[in-house]
Amino acid sequence: MDFTYLTEIVYLISAILFILGLKGLSHPETARRGMHYAEVGMLLAVVGTLVSGKILTWDFIIVGIVVGSAIGAAMAIFMPMTAMPQRIALSHAFGALAAVLVGVNEFIALSKHGEISQALMAALGFEVLFGALTITGSLMAFGKLSEMISGSPVTYKGQNFVNILSFLIAVGIFVYLIFNPTNSAMFYVMIGLSLAIGIFIVLPIGGADMPVVISLMNSYAGLAAAATGFAIDNKVLIIAGSLDGASGFILSIVMSKAMNRSFANVLFGAVGSPQVNTAGLAETRPITRFGIEDTKFVLEQAERVVIVPGYGMAVAQAQHAVRELGDELEKQGIKVEYAIHPVAGRMPGHMNVLLAEANVSYDQLLEMEVINPSMDTVDVCIVIGANDVVNPAARTDKGSPIYGMPIIDVDKAKTVIVMKRSMATGFAGIENPLFYEPNTKMLFGDAKKVMQELVTEFKKV
Amino acid sequence: MSIELIYILILAGFVGFEIIRKVTPTLHTPLMSATNAISGISLVGSLVAAGSDDSTARILGLIAVTAATINVVGGFMITERMLKMFKKKEK
Repeated sequence: MDFTYLTEIVYLISAILFILGLKGLSHPETARRGMHYAEVGMLLAVVGTLVSGKILTWDFIIVGIVVGSAIGAAMAIFMPMTAMPQRIALSHAFGALAAVLVGVNEFIALSKHGEISQALMAALGFEVLFGALTITGSLMAFGKLSEMISGSPVTYKGQNFVNILSFLIAVGIFVYLIFNPTNSAMFYVMIGLSLAIGIFIVLPIGGADMPVVISLMNSYAGLAAAATGFAIDNKVLIIAGSLDGASGFILSIVMSKAMNRSFANVLFGAVGSPQVNTAGLAETRPITRFGIEDTKFVLEQAERVVIVPGYGMAVAQAQHAVRELGDELEKQGIKVEYAIHPVAGRMPGHMNVLLAEANVSYDQLLEMEVINPSMDTVDVCIVIGANDVVNPAARTDKGSPIYGMPIIDVDKAKTVIVMKRSMATGFAGIENPLFYEPNTKMLFGDAKKVMQELVTEFKKV
Repeated sequence: MSIELIYILILAGFVGFEIIRKVTPTLHTPLMSATNAISGISLVGSLVAAGSDDSTARILGLIAVTAATINVVGGFMITERMLKMFKKKEK
């Protein structure tokens, strides 16, 4: 029996199952079933490969699968939800590493026989170029997110010039290799340079820009996998890689729109940090402070309360306390909703995952576009650990660095309660006029502690 | 390498674009971990390298198999763990 043909059919079924699997993610109710399809697809693809007749030795395969499964499972079981951005970043590095190694191996094998066509070299070159920069770029993102290295942007004079120049050189070598595929020294120089570029492009990126970087790396890892498919003539790899690439691409667009950055800016990964710009009007208006009792009093009078979480909630690990407050309010017959800005947190969907972990019902998690039109009917808006994503200067102040960025219009609610540790500015370093509005009340303190105190206060009654 | 592979890339890209566009933003993090697990499909290429009889290929393949398996097993497990948390409360 011709196993090659059988394997091809198995791969086709896998590809269909992957597509159905991602389709399931359109709704939380169908998502888990979808993932089961994708898992079966993966199992089929692996078994199909193992019986394809291409496997001559088994020892290294068994070792790799056992070790990989143990590490993967341990990470999945023990990693806390708050560490999810790091984990995602790290997994992009692993995915890209596998793609690059397969590419290098293919290059070595083909070089021995001296038969690399230009088309094949194009695929291999693309694969290792994007794969290598994804490895180091993702590791840098991982280091910054897990605070192993400083999360603040590292910038120096001429940085953009260096970055663009090194990228152009790498692309130059790539083009050279297409016409001179036998020059293996240049192949490795390109990989080395590409590894360096990965570090260069993430150096100037600070915490709040991470959602864009993670999405971009997601896309690059997918593209590298698709290119691997071209290099080893494997169709399921092309399909799965394209799905991953498309996903990262769309997330990058969503994130860049939510930060009001241009698309080209995202495509070339030149995200960089916004310049700290304290221009605009210095605020002279006084702020209004609120205590726990004042807050409770205002909340009790409300019919509709909207909670707007930001990265500060994740840092303070306040999601459980937030949900408890939500429960207390609901007990009093108050309608509670959560408004999520696309770039709140450090990765796409960060706030949703944390709130879901705290047992908040998913139908209470509303997108910015859904909540904004009815913001003027909201009685109390609680802003917890968010700053730039609720800054009205983005709507009104043309001189502001975040002007034009879509925000959650919390200032339109009847009362806004801002929970903050201090009056410090947000990531973008911009003054937030919201804090000085007459309908804004500042509640200072650690988000988790303040929330817990509020819950206790409600429980007293 | 044949032109049909380019057809596959383009068509899969369009399918991917249409499907991902409909993914609810609430599930964007599980989407990332799911696509990550799925792109661990480079495992199939890694398996062939690790299972060959050439020593260099076997070593590169071993590392690639390990890295890809971490993504496949870990990616699917963590996606399931997250999706389990997304519940609708009965009122």
